[in-house]
Amino acid sequence: MTLYDLLLRLYPASFRHEYGEEMRALFARARRDASGVGIVTLWVSAIAEIVGNAAAVHADILRQDVFYTGRVLRRSPGFALTAALIVALGIGATTAAFSVTDFVLLRPLPFPEPERLVTVVERTPGYDQMELSGPNYRDWKAAATSFESIGIYHGDELTVFGAAEPRRWRGVSVSADLLPTLGVAPIIGRGFTAADDRQDAPGTILLSYRLWQTEFGGDPAIVGRALSAQADFDAAVFTVIGVMPREFRFPNANIQFWITNRFGPGHYAERERTNNWLNGVGRLKRGVSLAQARAEMDLIAAQSEQAHPVANKNTRAAVDPLSDDVSERSRLLLVALSGASACVLLIACANLANLLLTRALARRRELAVRTAIGAGRERLVRQLMTESLLLAVVGGALGIGIAVAAVPLLAQLVPPNLPIAAAPSVDMRVLLFAVALTVATGLSFGMAPVLRAGRNPDLDGLRDGARAGDARKERLRSILVVSEIVASIVLLVAAGLLIRALLAVQAIDPGFDTEGVLTMRTDLPMPEYKTVARREAYYASVLGGVRALPGVTSAAFVSFLPISSFRGGIWPVSVKGDAEASTDVRTANNSAAIRYVTPGFFRTMSTPLKRGRDIESADTRDRPFVAVVSESFVTRYFPDQDPIGRHFTFAYADREIVGVAGDVRFRGLERKSEPQVYLSSQQVADGAVTFYAPKALAIRTTGDPGRLAPVVRELIHRADPKLPITDLQTLSDMIDLETSSRTVQVRVLAGFATIAFVLAAVGIHGLLSFAVSQRTQEIGVRLALGAQSGDILAMVLTRAIGLTIAGVVPGVFLAYAAGRSMEALLAGVPAADPATMASAVVLAAVMTVAGALAPTLRALRVDPITALRSE
Amino acid sequence: MVDRKEVDALLPLPAATFHILMALADQDRHGYAIIQDVAQRTGGALKLSAGTLYRSIQRMLEQGLLIETRDRPDPHEDDERRRYYRITSLGTAVARAEARRLSELVRMARACGLAPRLI
Repeated sequence: MTLYDLLLRLYPASFRHEYGEEMRALFARARRDASGVGIVTLWVSAIAEIVGNAAAVHADILRQDVFYTGRVLRRSPGFALTAALIVALGIGATTAAFSVTDFVLLRPLPFPEPERLVTVVERTPGYDQMELSGPNYRDWKAAATSFESIGIYHGDELTVFGAAEPRRWRGVSVSADLLPTLGVAPIIGRGFTAADDRQDAPGTILLSYRLWQTEFGGDPAIVGRALSAQADFDAAVFTVIGVMPREFRFPNANIQFWITNRFGPGHYAERERTNNWLNGVGRLKRGVSLAQARAEMDLIAAQSEQAHPVANKNTRAAVDPLSDDVSERSRLLLVALSGASACVLLIACANLANLLLTRALARRRELAVRTAIGAGRERLVRQLMTESLLLAVVGGALGIGIAVAAVPLLAQLVPPNLPIAAAPSVDMRVLLFAVALTVATGLSFGMAPVLRAGRNPDLDGLRDGARAGDARKERLRSILVVSEIVASIVLLVAAGLLIRALLAVQAIDPGFDTEGVLTMRTDLPMPEYKTVARREAYYASVLGGVRALPGVTSAAFVSFLPISSFRGGIWPVSVKGDAEASTDVRTANNSAAIRYVTPGFFRTMSTPLKRGRDIESADTRDRPFVAVVSESFVTRYFPDQDPIGRHFTFAYADREIVGVAGDVRFRGLERKSEPQVYLSSQQVADGAVTFYAPKALAIRTTGDPGRLAPVVRELIHRADPKLPITDLQTLSDMIDLETSSRTVQVRVLAGFATIAFVLAAVGIHGLLSFAVSQRTQEIGVRLALGAQSGDILAMVLTRAIGLTIAGVVPGVFLAYAAGRSMEALLAGVPAADPATMASAVVLAAVMTVAGALAPTLRALRVDPITALRSE
Repeated sequence: MVDRKEVDALLPLPAATFHILMALADQDRHGYAIIQDVAQRTGGALKLSAGTLYRSIQRMLEQGLLIETRDRPDPHEDDERRRYYRITSLGTAVARAEARRLSELVRMARACGLAPRLI
């Protein structure tokens, strides 16, 4: 009979108690009558029958409970709406945060067996990750045995002709084995072969799915199309050989095409060993661990150092999982985001638990009546759980809506340098998370009243009506209030610190004045613009026209503008004939950023010239080579000396310092740049360092810089119609873009903090209000016995202040810990920033005291007689 | 008086429910007796399982079609464990309405030639 008893357990307890005995008797009778095969048949049909019927009975009860719940909730729509909204905010915030965090940090990269993919680069003192040089790549790849393959890529751009105006595309140049290393093949056409990657191979190009769609309308006959294009160093025809899959984004979502490196012996020449510009990606052999690969590469790098003691001095290999290519800051930010959303959810749950507790107290009479007329404890518990789950489900559905709406805003927190889409979408995975969260929320906040109902199956409820709970419930409610205070302080402090950090970053002087400057960039196709004379003619033509425009006060060309797409350009400096710098090895201590400029650059940027003079048009190639250097350059190389007239070796020539300019933050607002050296655009050999030939144009105007754009475009077109114009924007837009991710961080966290604060305030007010209302009678008695209003007020306030202190103390500690862990995001603002801490504490105190004060004042207005009569 | 709307809301009846009502039409019975009566009436074609029976009974009790009765028959025939069920006036009304509904259906089927005509 035990098996049958087990089967009966599938039924709800109430049903089992009612009918189990008889069912067992019926089965026993049937069992007696059956024999042989009949017994087997009997058991099979009994099992099938009980499983089906038990499910049906459960469904019946659920239907009844849902129906009953619906009726109960319709009777108190205010409660239902509040509860659903609180759940919605909690689930919405958490789901939105999860969708971004999961997208960036958790999900595997969209390549086959992504766990075997690693980045392979160099590591030198001062730089944890430094691109590979050509020769090191070749040597290390040949020596390594841990990898199935290693491929390389570097950023590249193409000017493509054919349309009315030349197009500038962004892409990467890759080795033929890069795409196979990643494990991805084109959806149409073919991938690169070794033959495509030889120095003299004809140009071949793979298009991104998006480029194929936007530029070629998804033409299925695209393969074989010849594109007339201009790469930096050669004009060439590139034949389209294929289109990559839609979801293939490597190295990031902005990439439009892939071409081959076509390296020749020159790229592997010994002098190239310190030219670090290649990104390596390797696929580990099956069974080879990351540690093994690291050990092997370290050994290879050490041998390489022995073979090339000068060029490879202190050079090691850096092998890291490709999925770790998320910057520490992005990671931290997303962790902070998840933490913030967890706080919001915690507060939401505490609020709901409170709300349901209060309600359960108010419903004691109803529950007691139901018990009295025979509803078992199990049915009551089920009913209460159904109520909280139903609220959670309604709230969860709303919350998913909130998350869907919020994700586009949060998408700006996705770092742009990853091989994933630019924005996450709310997909199955996220929905499952939201559903799981909803159920967990419903169960957890439903538990409080259920435990209560479960603990007290007696009929107390009938006796004393809806009167205040006992001391234990009072304590539980206090704990909930305190935890809400703690969570809101942590969030307030975190948001406050980020706001302070944003203000601090916005207050950083970039070294130039951003207002009233229009900027743009034109590529200069190289065989044609190889000579200084050709470039100077172009500059003169454009600058002449631009300077004649009304409102324009100055204009100049520069290699790369500060905070633009290219922020590096670090070259070794040799002041006293240092051995390392003179052999072209840069270290963290002997480097400076190189920029070629035309006269007037400093005036255009409003970068102060502290000493000496600007680069002038008289600084031609037959004159002594001159340089304007930054103040930090002087501090590093000529401390306590007059730098004017001093000499140093830089970019293959001896330079004389003729001027000192203020420091400019080329690397971005939040990062100190290397010292800067500005050289005359004319003082360079024809065909040398053309990568740094000035191509970015800056124009300062007294008018609206945006309105200059069409005229300047026309001027450039007239100077050379083949030049593509890109990156057309004002300098202030560029700076806004630079701080936009921070602005979004602040908005998101401040949003979370506001939600949390409002939720906590509402919760605390509701709670204290209820507690005070339970004591109205006591207050009445006290007043009747001669207590002064002030005494009563003091009594309630003492309790509110007690709660505040109980919440503030751990809250401040936790907030400090949270602040410390997100220090990298704070731009130097200390985690213990007193102003932020004090504001958060004051806000929390005001919130709690105000929450207690309002209901108390209401209670004091009650006539003692009325209060007593209600007894 | 039985409310017409209340009756209509319960129609059509599940087959098991209708059979249980028929089994209780003439006398109070316990569960096993209901199963036997139904089997006998249908010539063994319908053998209610214990699960179906008690699930139906639970629902019918909630709907007010049955009550559990405390009047026991002759103590000699009684078994302490057994519960006896009695049809209510609502149960009778519902069973009648269901029978009417079914005969109406049969009449229509006959008019279409889908059921044998009465001679």
